[in-house]
Amino acid sequence: MSDDKIRCDACPVMCYIRPGLTGACDRYANENGLLVRVDPHVLLDRTLEQGGRVAAFAAGSESWSGDIVGGRHFVTAVGAGTTYPDYKPAPFIVSSQVDGVDMVTVVTEGIYSYCGVKLKIDTDRHLGAECAVVRASGEPVGHVTTGEYGSQMLSLGGVNHLTHGGKREGRVTCETLLDLCNGKPVELAIDGGATVVVEAGKPPVVNGAREHRMRVGCGSATIGMFAKQWFGKVDEVVVVDDHITGVLSEHQAGKLLGTRDTGVRMKGRRSTPGRYFHVAEPGTGWGGAAISDPLDIVAGFNPKLAWPGLTMLMVSTTGEQHAFYRLNQDLTPIQEELPETLRESVERITENCEPALSTVLFMAGAGGSLRAGVTENPVRLTRSVRESLTTVTAGGAPVYVWPGGGITFMVDVTLLPKNSFGYVPTPALVAPIEFTLRLQDYAALGGHIDEIRPLADVLARHGERSTNVFVDGVIAR
Amino acid sequence: MRAQFAILPDGRRHFHDGPIDLILQAWGDDVAAAYAAAASRFATILDELCRELPRLRSAGGPPPQGVVARRMTEAVAPFAQMRFLTPMAAVAGAVAQEILAAMTEAAALERAYVNNGGDIALHLCPDAALTLGMVARPDRPSLFGKARITGRDKVRGVATSGWRGRSLSLGVADAVTVLARTAPQADAAATLIANAVDLPGHPAITRAPARARDPQSDLGPRLVTLAVGPLSEAEIETALDGGEREARQWRARGLIEAAALSLNGRIRLVGADASHYTFERPALSEPLHAQG
Repeated sequence: MSDDKIRCDACPVMCYIRPGLTGACDRYANENGLLVRVDPHVLLDRTLEQGGRVAAFAAGSESWSGDIVGGRHFVTAVGAGTTYPDYKPAPFIVSSQVDGVDMVTVVTEGIYSYCGVKLKIDTDRHLGAECAVVRASGEPVGHVTTGEYGSQMLSLGGVNHLTHGGKREGRVTCETLLDLCNGKPVELAIDGGATVVVEAGKPPVVNGAREHRMRVGCGSATIGMFAKQWFGKVDEVVVVDDHITGVLSEHQAGKLLGTRDTGVRMKGRRSTPGRYFHVAEPGTGWGGAAISDPLDIVAGFNPKLAWPGLTMLMVSTTGEQHAFYRLNQDLTPIQEELPETLRESVERITENCEPALSTVLFMAGAGGSLRAGVTENPVRLTRSVRESLTTVTAGGAPVYVWPGGGITFMVDVTLLPKNSFGYVPTPALVAPIEFTLRLQDYAALGGHIDEIRPLADVLARHGERSTNVFVDGVIAR
Repeated sequence: MRAQFAILPDGRRHFHDGPIDLILQAWGDDVAAAYAAAASRFATILDELCRELPRLRSAGGPPPQGVVARRMTEAVAPFAQMRFLTPMAAVAGAVAQEILAAMTEAAALERAYVNNGGDIALHLCPDAALTLGMVARPDRPSLFGKARITGRDKVRGVATSGWRGRSLSLGVADAVTVLARTAPQADAAATLIANAVDLPGHPAITRAPARARDPQSDLGPRLVTLAVGPLSEAEIETALDGGEREARQWRARGLIEAAALSLNGRIRLVGADASHYTFERPALSEPLHAQG
């Protein structure tokens, strides 16, 4: 073979490619003796056609500001490719000058057998009991975990569902995680509970109803926030909340204003004055309780304290549901239209609610062989991350690294370029990960120094194997 | 993991590894199981083939070991008695067939296809049907016809070959689409029929030794078509006559079911009237494939 041919090592076909021609794949070409990847140009054209955002390749005079994530150019691991187990150095080990200090970014795609997602679903509606099994396509993929402020947490995936369950369970779990991480809607059914459609960054849909607002606060907090606006306009206000229902006349906020006792008797258990637990079973009705008629949580009125004509507003923690009542001669509440004077306060509750969203955090452990792609002495990478010498990012997005052993991190999937996640049939998820550190630190932890390539090289000679490493969120796939 | 797996927005799957690009789709019960089986089979297929590449690029030699490699060799054998042909002529069809087999083993499918760059393996239950669009020029994708294949037809493989495609061709056909019983058989036959649509020695046809394009081409020093200049009406008919003879020969031996040959907007059909499948010619209001 003469010297003008080059041998492509992108795949095992190992084509010899003549100048100006492509290999068998039509993707890699010999451009003046340099192996270049040609198909991203098509992708770039399509991105432009579709009005997508692209970043220019760095000109020679531009230098990196040193800002790892917010800077204009950051080599992400999206599409970098990898091997597993990592018997080879990571696909791209890139160096760049930052304030005279050589920085190294080790860019790879990790294959995570140990991974999952944590879902935060903003809703007051009862999705299911804690520990209840969460299913996708009938397969168990996770469970209901803690109820948090205005939201229900679900935990999906993890090694027990991915590899230790049934074969179909693993596959469905992998698909579910992949779709959630790539921002697609996924329908989840909770044993003994609701069906919820979750999509990262979008409102959850519970039993077919789109959630609009996250509660302004618990029932008691709502009383505290709006007591002044109600005082003098209505005799009693009950803020219906499955967790803590608030009653204005008994509540400390009402007492301070001098509200008169109304003798309203609530169901459930009184925690402190004006604060009631367990007024009903949890459900998908008012304030996350299993009620559609708010009077179901009122046991009656004490005839010694209540009076005919007494007015009462009942409202949910989002203001989306409300009802106004006046007691008749028998002290029975009769519903009337909401007076204009109260409408404003109800709308104020709604106005103060934040939009309800589903949040998807991808969680994975890079504790295993992935580290070997970065350094010959894997544990030193872990220590380096611990000591904050190495910054970890995923597709350029900041991650939270859990304290303790390993490199277990969480990242908001909406911060990664779209479709950054892939899968392998193992089943396991593939996600980008980058380690950025000072060159001297990289050398100290036994890094693959010989594999380092200058940033300018990777950017300018973008056609080389690194071309599907995209900078600044240019979408690759 | 070098292979990449993607779900296209319309639900089709795209598998990619080295020079292999598959688009696949299945209908029936538990298609997810079929896709998973396809993915796990796909993960190793390129490595398996590459282990035996030198043998597969030769017209002769000991039987190869790999299941796909053997299928390639078997598919080209009846043609190779009369024509120069290496197992590589059936590689795309054989890969498609292998992935399809993994899918149909994993799940009860009503219908499915695996499209390996135009070489397609089909699975059809008796009452199922698929309609395929045929394209002459990949650089100007528009249909020159359609083939509707039902489960009652014998056809389970479709392949297209031509000098404008990814593989090298000895002939001048824009595209030859072949329907055959298996994808590797269709693949091999399409290659030969496209080679036979030819005008040897014609000055408007630019040719070069295959090795000058691809140093490892199985075609070695044989001249492959690089460009086709203006041809007269009579020359086009003469070239298509050669291809038609070749197609009829293979059809008479039961190696193909039908073929559609396209050159400069002229289309020649072989075997299209004999069975349930149909080639439809679209109403052409303008010459879709005019040169230029």
